[in-house]
Amino acid sequence: MFSKDVVEKAKSMRAEWEAGELHRFLQRQPESGSHDHSGSGLPLKRVYTPEHVADTSFADIGFPGVYPFLRGPYPTMYRGREWTMRQIAGYGTGADTNDRLRYLIAQGQTGISIDFDMPTLMGYDSDDPRSLGEVGREGVAVDTIEDLEALFEGIDLEAISVSMTINPTAWILLAMYVALAESRGDDLNKLSGTVQADILKEYIAQKEWIYPIRPSMRLVRDIIVYCAQNLKRYNPINISGYHISEAGANSVQEVAFTIANGIAYVDEVCRAGLPIDSFAPRLAFYFVAQADFFEEIAKFRAARRIWAKIMRDRFGAQKPESMRLRFHCQTAAMTLTKAQPLNNIVRTALQALSAVLGGAQSLHTNGLDEAYAIPSEEAMKVALRTQQIIASETGVTSVIDPLGGSYYVEALTNQIEAAVFEILAKVEAMGGTVKAIEDGYFQLEIANSAYEFARRKTTGERTVIGVNRFVEEAGSAPLQIHQVHAEVEQRQVERVRRVRAQRDNARVAALLDRLEREAQDASTNLMPVTIELVKARASMGEIVQRLRKVFGSYVEHPVF
Amino acid sequence: MTHRIRVLIAKIGLDGHDRGAKVVARTLRDAGMDIIYTGLHRTPEEVVTAAAQEDVDVIGISLLSGAHMTLVPRIFELLKEAGAEDIPVAVGGVIPDDDVPRLRELGVASVFLQDTPLDDLVKRIQELAASRQSR
Repeated sequence: MFSKDVVEKAKSMRAEWEAGELHRFLQRQPESGSHDHSGSGLPLKRVYTPEHVADTSFADIGFPGVYPFLRGPYPTMYRGREWTMRQIAGYGTGADTNDRLRYLIAQGQTGISIDFDMPTLMGYDSDDPRSLGEVGREGVAVDTIEDLEALFEGIDLEAISVSMTINPTAWILLAMYVALAESRGDDLNKLSGTVQADILKEYIAQKEWIYPIRPSMRLVRDIIVYCAQNLKRYNPINISGYHISEAGANSVQEVAFTIANGIAYVDEVCRAGLPIDSFAPRLAFYFVAQADFFEEIAKFRAARRIWAKIMRDRFGAQKPESMRLRFHCQTAAMTLTKAQPLNNIVRTALQALSAVLGGAQSLHTNGLDEAYAIPSEEAMKVALRTQQIIASETGVTSVIDPLGGSYYVEALTNQIEAAVFEILAKVEAMGGTVKAIEDGYFQLEIANSAYEFARRKTTGERTVIGVNRFVEEAGSAPLQIHQVHAEVEQRQVERVRRVRAQRDNARVAALLDRLEREAQDASTNLMPVTIELVKARASMGEIVQRLRKVFGSYVEHPVF
Repeated sequence: MTHRIRVLIAKIGLDGHDRGAKVVARTLRDAGMDIIYTGLHRTPEEVVTAAAQEDVDVIGISLLSGAHMTLVPRIFELLKEAGAEDIPVAVGGVIPDDDVPRLRELGVASVFLQDTPLDDLVKRIQELAASRQSR
């Protein structure tokens, strides 16, 4: 980026400064605390100069909306359109969550994000014994398409994008979504949003799984292929680092493991015969905004450049859109404390700011009551207002990639990129992502990082205000926290039983037989038969159970 | 101390949040205890069977799904049926404040909330194990 002269000059000026002013000052007043490493443990310098980005050409930085997309996926970024403010919501029945969605939309939210309860995430119906005590608790309960009808009642699916956090059962939820849209007469090519459908990070971090890895990859492939052919604007997958981070990974690992998963999905779909440029533009990503402010900004920038290089150089993508990484972001739940919960508003605001400075397309800000329960309405409103304040009051949306060209941020971006490529090479040498999961590589790396982090917190090496510094006597909960209504489970159980009693059971049985047959041929796409099944009001648990007969169940060998 | 302390770390219910359980397992292991980790998504029946078979001194249950008031009582019922109600049970996870006294009433010996210092945790598990061994 700089001529040799400038770099040499910077070098000699730094040497002079270090020997002179800095040296004298340090003798009077030594530096305090530990400032030598980023949150991920990357080495940091005291101050950065042109010499630290001497090898970076301006072409590696470039302009937003063009390769290598370091500065953003779109040429106008927030000057054209603010990021999508997408607060996640989900509890109780479809109707309960529908109330929350309408509330958030009325408060100015511009996208929808749905959290499902554990039985829905894991493929059990609400009346399954395994679901006891979990129905509608951590998210909304969905058993049949009737629940989805209630969930989205009065919400125009052509007009607002809907993100659904769902993984091993993603293909069923997508089938319900498609069937619902069709029943309303919506144009499938106008639907926007995503199912998460990132099964690899489940084995690595979030641990919601049903089937073994290989048949699960086939289901992901079916989703991507179906969407490429039928839902032009829909993101069929959200390749997620968020949960990898929440499980303990540092930011370098988060990006590296996520990209490793992305590579595995692209390989899988390419093997099915789809040309790269026919589906790659719709692949979407999801990262956390962690606590280390500059490292996070550099991380988002690095992730874009890494993906662009991989898509162009490894997969031979031709379309720029195939190389363009777009991501949803969520602030880091793990950083929020039960102690002094109002402080969580500040933490979340700073994390959200790093997401915006890093060029996120969509953002969820956590509630201040995160460490207590799923968020209350009031907590979600404050979190949404945080985004609105950043967007409207701070001026940070005016200039694209405002930290681009910072010696520090560019150097840190380069450091992260190099560290990520190093991990990717290691995964490659192990035989690829799936093999590395089977060997427990990612899982052990994450467990190690989580353990080190916990130790640093216990020793006080890692400061957490209110927890290991400036500790106060325990106070009360910040606001009225979310209350679970005990009768929800019973209502939902009755609901799914009523649906089963009223539908054409012979038709459901015949379709389940067809599902089982089609599952045995790995080249068949299971989306069409699943759409037929959900239209016939088959429940999620029935579909999942039938496929277990063909696919079996995943068994983890835990490492720690 | 007659033998190394044996602890069963159990994840019950459907949630997959195992970060805390694994950090606890490793911390206790580093403190010289024998750890049996059940892995994820276990039922109360599986947990109690494992506890009895492995003859553990303490059962540590982790759950972040909010299902503790349904699943933890079931653990105590089953322990009683198995004649193993002398094994102290500790619970960790996201537990609302109001539920802490309720869990204690059920017989939970310790409730570990977020940000419990690891050294306190080790000490408490040692105390629980000692209380059982002295019975």
